[in-house]
Amino acid sequence: MSAPNKSYDPVEVSALQPDALERARDKALAAIAGAADLDALKQVRLAHAGDRSPLALANREIGALPPAGRAEAGKRIGAARGAVAQALKARQAELEEERDQRVLVEETVDVTLPWDRAPRGARHPLTTMQERMADVFVSMGFEVAEGPEVEAEWFNFDALNFKPDHPARTMQDTFFVESEDTGLVMRTHTSPVQIRSLLSRDLPVYVVVPGRTFRTDELDATHSPVFHQLEGLAVDEGLTMADLRGGIDAFVGGMFGEGLRTRFRPSYFPFTEPSAEVDMQCFVCRGASVEPGAEPCRTCGSEGWIELGGCGMVNPRVLTACGVDPDRYSGWAFGLGVERTLMFRHGVEDMHDMVEGDVRFTLPFGMEI
Amino acid sequence: MRAPLSWLRELVDLPAGVTGRELAAKLIAAGLEVETVEQAGADISGPLVVGEVLAIEELTGFKKPIRYCQVDVGQANGTGEPQNIICGATNFAVGDRVVVILPGGVLPGGFQIGSRKTYGRLSEGMICSVTELGIGDDHSGILVLPPDAPVGADAVELLGIRDDVLDIAVTPDRGYALSMRGIAREAAIAYGVPFKDPADVELPAETGESYPASIADPTACDRFVLRGVRGFDPDARTPMWMQVRLHRAGMRPVSLAVDVTNYLMLELGQPLHAFDRAKLTGPITVRRAAPGEALETLDHVKRTLDPEDILITDESGPISMAGTMGGLATEIDERSTAMVIEAAHFDDIGTARMVRRHKLHSEASYRFERGVDRELPPYATYRAARMLAELGGAEIVPGMTDARAPVEPVTITMAAGHPDRVAGVTYGRDTVVRRLEQVGCAVTGEDQLTVTPPSWRPDLTDPNDLAEEVIRLEGYENIPARAPRPVAGKGLTAQQRLRRRVGRALAGAGHVEVLAFPFVSAKDWDDLQLPADDERRVALRLANPLSEDEPLLRTTLLPGLFRALAHNVGRGFADAALFETGLVFRPRPGAPERSPRLAVDRGPTPEEIASVEAALPDQPHRVAVVLSGQREPSGWWGAGRPALWADAIEAARTVAREVGVELTVKADRHAPWHPGRCAALYAGDTLVGHAGELHPRVTKAYGLPPRTCAMELELRRLGEPVSPRAPHVSTYPFATQDVALVVDAAVPAAEVEGALRDGAGELLESVRLFDVYTGEQVGEGRKSLAYSLRFRAPDRTLTAEEATQARDAAVAVAAERTNATLRGA
Repeated sequence: MSAPNKSYDPVEVSALQPDALERARDKALAAIAGAADLDALKQVRLAHAGDRSPLALANREIGALPPAGRAEAGKRIGAARGAVAQALKARQAELEEERDQRVLVEETVDVTLPWDRAPRGARHPLTTMQERMADVFVSMGFEVAEGPEVEAEWFNFDALNFKPDHPARTMQDTFFVESEDTGLVMRTHTSPVQIRSLLSRDLPVYVVVPGRTFRTDELDATHSPVFHQLEGLAVDEGLTMADLRGGIDAFVGGMFGEGLRTRFRPSYFPFTEPSAEVDMQCFVCRGASVEPGAEPCRTCGSEGWIELGGCGMVNPRVLTACGVDPDRYSGWAFGLGVERTLMFRHGVEDMHDMVEGDVRFTLPFGMEI
Repeated sequence: MRAPLSWLRELVDLPAGVTGRELAAKLIAAGLEVETVEQAGADISGPLVVGEVLAIEELTGFKKPIRYCQVDVGQANGTGEPQNIICGATNFAVGDRVVVILPGGVLPGGFQIGSRKTYGRLSEGMICSVTELGIGDDHSGILVLPPDAPVGADAVELLGIRDDVLDIAVTPDRGYALSMRGIAREAAIAYGVPFKDPADVELPAETGESYPASIADPTACDRFVLRGVRGFDPDARTPMWMQVRLHRAGMRPVSLAVDVTNYLMLELGQPLHAFDRAKLTGPITVRRAAPGEALETLDHVKRTLDPEDILITDESGPISMAGTMGGLATEIDERSTAMVIEAAHFDDIGTARMVRRHKLHSEASYRFERGVDRELPPYATYRAARMLAELGGAEIVPGMTDARAPVEPVTITMAAGHPDRVAGVTYGRDTVVRRLEQVGCAVTGEDQLTVTPPSWRPDLTDPNDLAEEVIRLEGYENIPARAPRPVAGKGLTAQQRLRRRVGRALAGAGHVEVLAFPFVSAKDWDDLQLPADDERRVALRLANPLSEDEPLLRTTLLPGLFRALAHNVGRGFADAALFETGLVFRPRPGAPERSPRLAVDRGPTPEEIASVEAALPDQPHRVAVVLSGQREPSGWWGAGRPALWADAIEAARTVAREVGVELTVKADRHAPWHPGRCAALYAGDTLVGHAGELHPRVTKAYGLPPRTCAMELELRRLGEPVSPRAPHVSTYPFATQDVALVVDAAVPAAEVEGALRDGAGELLESVRLFDVYTGEQVGEGRKSLAYSLRFRAPDRTLTAEEATQARDAAVAVAAERTNATLRGA
């Protein structure tokens, strides 16, 4: 606690007079209000709140007052300085806001200017379609299996119960690796990977096989010598056609939406017995386009159904050729064409678009499908 | 296989109102793939009637002969008066019965018939040809009916002008469905109505042979049946109804004798062949060809025979390629009166090989390949003889030759519950037996069934074949769906995840994926400027390429990418960045020439699998990128920049980063790259690929924009993907030191940077080259590389002295290794 100031100069403390204090405060407030910009306000701050400002000086003189008056004077001066400081702060914020507004308006750009500076890329929809379809199987616990594209005939045909010289074998329009008795072909389907999986994996086997396949078809709007298939294979104890149906229904639900019906038509594949072709209800019209007078459906051609692929119970002869006991194990397989799926799911009209590599075709498909 | 509904109706009691479409739906459900149902004659409407030509006036003065005819159509025109009709055909005479369409009728194509003035006369209708009626292809004139066609009768009914025709794509296992007999049998089961087997005719008791014949090779043929006719009238015409049916089924009427054999083949599924009796010499033998034998077949082609070919021969030599095509020398002709009719059962594989060898596809071979009913020949030949007798006035020669080889009957043992276990449905024994009997099987036994398939179902050999019969007839639609039981899968492998990441990373970096065909030509190797001994020239060749121009399988992804780029450039997209990931095919040196065909009646041993695999080429996954034009376009923001060799290398780094590998880049000379702008890419010491600007000759050869850049690397050489370890993130301040080093212009920047890194020690956080300068200030043949070195300690604030020491150490190593001097020093 400081000692009382006994030697004070009454002239110096005139600002301590209540009316003088009020005048100094009002003058300061008026100057603050009158500051037109931040620079002016800075000057005002110096003059009215700076070290040499009347209020600061008055404050300094409080100690010179008789002890009895100090508290009261301190209160009054404190109030006046507080009012000025608050006014300064408010005006400062006001002027900053004004400045910001002005500057930001001045910095306005045309945000509609085009920006195609960074090159855009995309993955091929046949790739992403295979991944998407495979992922539906993977979500059921299947693993993705792969195999070579130049394949041994034994894997591509013999082990799949294609008998030598059987029409089923010649129907597949095979590319043979020269000379014709090398026993090597471009695989005509992804099914040889069924054999590879059964030979290399422990039972039960649940695999999905996406991949490139080859047949001697000339390229046209609906055919290509190079195309893609995807098939699922399940070999376990006690599997039945009811499991096959359930598996396909789950796939259809995952790919095309829940609640779509599927139907089987008896068919023939050497590696499945019984075999079936699978149709699914059109995922666009859900069969409604079949009704008389209904809107035609472009996706299913107003058939109400879309051909999906082929399937069946793994022929026990295939299991035998892989050393799997057909009395203990049974299996189902389901395969479909990736190009065809892309065509009906995304309205691709011509096979050429999928093989030519035109960037205009691929770009819209982006990273996922 | 085209099956007219009217023909099927003769063999099965279908409910009266059943349409072709309805039958098709039932047959599809039973496993016959009906592709279309053609409604023949649906676009014809009457009145279409039989008329008799009363008078013909030949009109003259026109460019072609025109006839003005009076035709009696009975009461069909309502008046009984003759119709006056203009006709441009001349193949008929007064008194002939013809088909007349009266005014008001409509012919195919919406062709409305009316009374109209033509060639100066009023023509009240039209005399029709078979083409106009949709019942034949004969354009030579109008249809002249037999004299007993009733005048005024409805010709639509009389000729069967309206019919539904089912076109069925028969799967290779169902040979029996290549006949009306087989299809009708399925239709009868589908509707639960009686089936009238057209083969079920009572055969006369025959005592002797009709013509001497024997089977010399029982592996080639196990049944060979002959019957004879004589006194056949070669001028006898094929009746209209038979012509119409042949036409509907897709065959062309030829002559009565040929038409009868074709008709019965369509109806029964048994191919038949007729020899001219007078042209046969001595006994017939069925055997394989002898070396050097030849035969001129019906199509006038002289064929050199293979010792495996199955032949029908007489003392003169080969007279027919069994089940495939007859010989020209013994063919029946327009004067033949005595015939020997053959029906046989040839080996399916033997026929198939013969077809392939001689590229000789016929209706007969198509059926033999898919399995023909071995029991049919006596019935088919008898029906043929009867038809030739009834329609052609022939006399049936008594006797039948029936040469046979012994055949083991097929029986299948199957648990009665097997179909239930395959389908996941409880059918029960009675249903199983009933369904098997419906398809013609003989079934005995209780829990264990012994099943003897019918002779027309050689495809039924296994329990699962029988299960399919039961399940399809009970209806695939009645199989429930059982929700999948989740299995414990491990998801994608590391390599599978990597390939997805690589695709996303490259696409994210502005590359568009293409999937090129893997077919290339030897010219590609030259276009790529590959040296003569480059191992990429060693490629597999296809025996039957689609194009002789591209018979090889790619050993590099680049040619396909180049073609895709050229395609885009041609379409106006010269600023393109493309990538592909895919397999290349690299023959293994010393691989065996053949991949063995292992047995299939048991699992292979590991050694056997290895022997199959050994012949396969190596097929690694590769990634390649090609870039051309502007990598960044110019725009309102300023100038763009062209795609550079550096972009190609950066694409490779993008790929490598997905594996967790930083590539080391070294200058290299490697086709197809520019020798001064080619980088070899290393992961550690392993060469993984190349990148850079393409050789100008390569861009020219492929029609690519100048300065096109490319990258190709082999994914597996990058190693297994590494999952990163978390770095220590220091919170202490950093210190930056810039150095400019002058080195010889030939010194690679990568070496200088490597030296700085090695010299700077552990405090170095990063090195960044921020400027490259060449010019007077550093002297000829020198360059200045300006680096910014950033230092930071993990545990303290660095002092200025520490940072300077580290920098000096870095510069010292650079000076030692690359003769670098500090610029300005």
